Amino acid sequence: MRYLLLIYSEEPTAPPSQEEIDATMAEWWEFDGAIKAAGVHLAGDALQGSQTATTVRLKEGERVVTDGPFAETREVLGGYYLVDVPDLDSALDWAARCPGAKYGSMEVRPIQEMEA
Amino acid sequence: MSERAADSVEAVFREEWGRLLATLVRWVGDLDLAEEVAADAMAVALERWPVDGVPDRPAAWLLTTARRRAVDLLRRRQTYAAKLAVLKVEAERAESERLGADAAPTDVIGDDRLQLFFTCCHPALAPEARVALTLRYLAGLSTAEVARAFLLPEATMAQRLVRAKRKIREAQIPYRVPSAAELPTRLPAVLSVVYVVFTESYAASGGSALLRPDLADEAIRLARILHRLLPSQREIIGLLALLLLVDARRAARVDEAGALVLLEDQDRSHWDRTLIEEGRTLVVSALTGGAPGPYALQAAIAAVHDEAATVETTDWPQIVCLYDVLRATAPSPVVELNRAVAVAMVDGPDAGLALIDGLAAAGDLDRYHLLHAARGRLLDRLGRPGEAAAAYRRALDVVGNEPERAFLTRCLAAAERADTT
Repeated sequence: MRYLLLIYSEEPTAPPSQEEIDATMAEWWEFDGAIKAAGVHLAGDALQGSQTATTVRLKEGERVVTDGPFAETREVLGGYYLVDVPDLDSALDWAARCPGAKYGSMEVRPIQEMEA
Repeated sequence: MSERAADSVEAVFREEWGRLLATLVRWVGDLDLAEEVAADAMAVALERWPVDGVPDRPAAWLLTTARRRAVDLLRRRQTYAAKLAVLKVEAERAESERLGADAAPTDVIGDDRLQLFFTCCHPALAPEARVALTLRYLAGLSTAEVARAFLLPEATMAQRLVRAKRKIREAQIPYRVPSAAELPTRLPAVLSVVYVVFTESYAASGGSALLRPDLADEAIRLARILHRLLPSQREIIGLLALLLLVDARRAARVDEAGALVLLEDQDRSHWDRTLIEEGRTLVVSALTGGAPGPYALQAAIAAVHDEAATVETTDWPQIVCLYDVLRATAPSPVVELNRAVAVAMVDGPDAGLALIDGLAAAGDLDRYHLLHAARGRLLDRLGRPGEAAAAYRRALDVVGNEPERAFLTRCLAAAERADTT
């Protein structure tokens, strides 16, 4: 069964030091290697910061484009993993191992499977 | 049909419901379907047993009937998942018949309830959903009974159960027993559900008490089932002991008029000695073999109370010691408050009041009526009725249930009288 692991965290207000960046990136690379080696990884990416987000809606057929994410929240979506695992417990295990769980929150959402 | 046959169906069904359902869930992998076919089997039993007599192995009979119905329903669905489920059910049947041929003639069906416990109490479900699922599917209460237990409309409770089952199905919360390594993180959620069911029997009130299922009995029944399923888990032993040792005081907790009686004023001859003896034996095993958990420690404290003939001869220093261990194991402001009350019994009301004032200043328990009630009682003992009355008023602002409100109103009236004389 497929689950989307959504990675939410607060965006840093001040730029982190090079050592901090190196240490954090090492954790992310380690997790990324592990989830790919386990054969459950379908996709995964980091997103550009929320200041780059653009929201689009159709209002009475008219396209309305606004700057920024759809909701202003303290923790913003920063990336995701799409995994294929047997059940929620395994999905939660991967989410808990992800550095995103330590630096913010992981939201685990099952993918809705359409019956053909 | 005869009333006796209906009663025996009812009795068998209630006793076997959780086991039947748990086995069906393991076979068909779907709580809704398991529930539907278990209910169907029950309906068939109600029709047939009064005519044909109750079968020798009623649980196996119900399971066979439910399984046939499940296969019928699954065959009609024609989906790939349903076909897989049929294969699984048939394989399970072959397996159980193979085992059944060698088994004793007594009714031996497996017990899959532990899996169902861990699913119903999964941390991915909201706490109130866990309690509702456990009462419905493991204790075997009807949706209407679960609703009455929580003084909610039946439609609200039905909706809560439907949502929870949908999450189990759609998020694929598994039916499985956690590994030994996971147990320490998963078991507390299960124990907490049983404990909440028990405390709810005290806390919630109003409505017609006679119509409410007895949640204390249900909690004890659930704790006994867990204890049978995982006999070596010491925190389960501790929880069962705690429930028995507190429940032993049930008959003394309210007077003839239904008013609340405090531990210190209870007629201890009305305490249930059989429950106390069973609880004490269990406490010993819960405390033996390594650091005790929070339920074992609370049970030990309850046992010290239950062993004392009066409030004066209670071993209060021992209770303070146990609270010291408890606050190191599972620190919480409520534990601090209870410890402060025990300290007041050992070192006097001044010492207890100083601790409670510290807690009040921290503010965590400001909306907890028992903090203000305990403060009021110590101020009473210190001969400061004006301040005691203020504390009781604050307690009355935040108290939720009727018997406690009535009790606090009496305390307030007494303090006000003392203040004006």
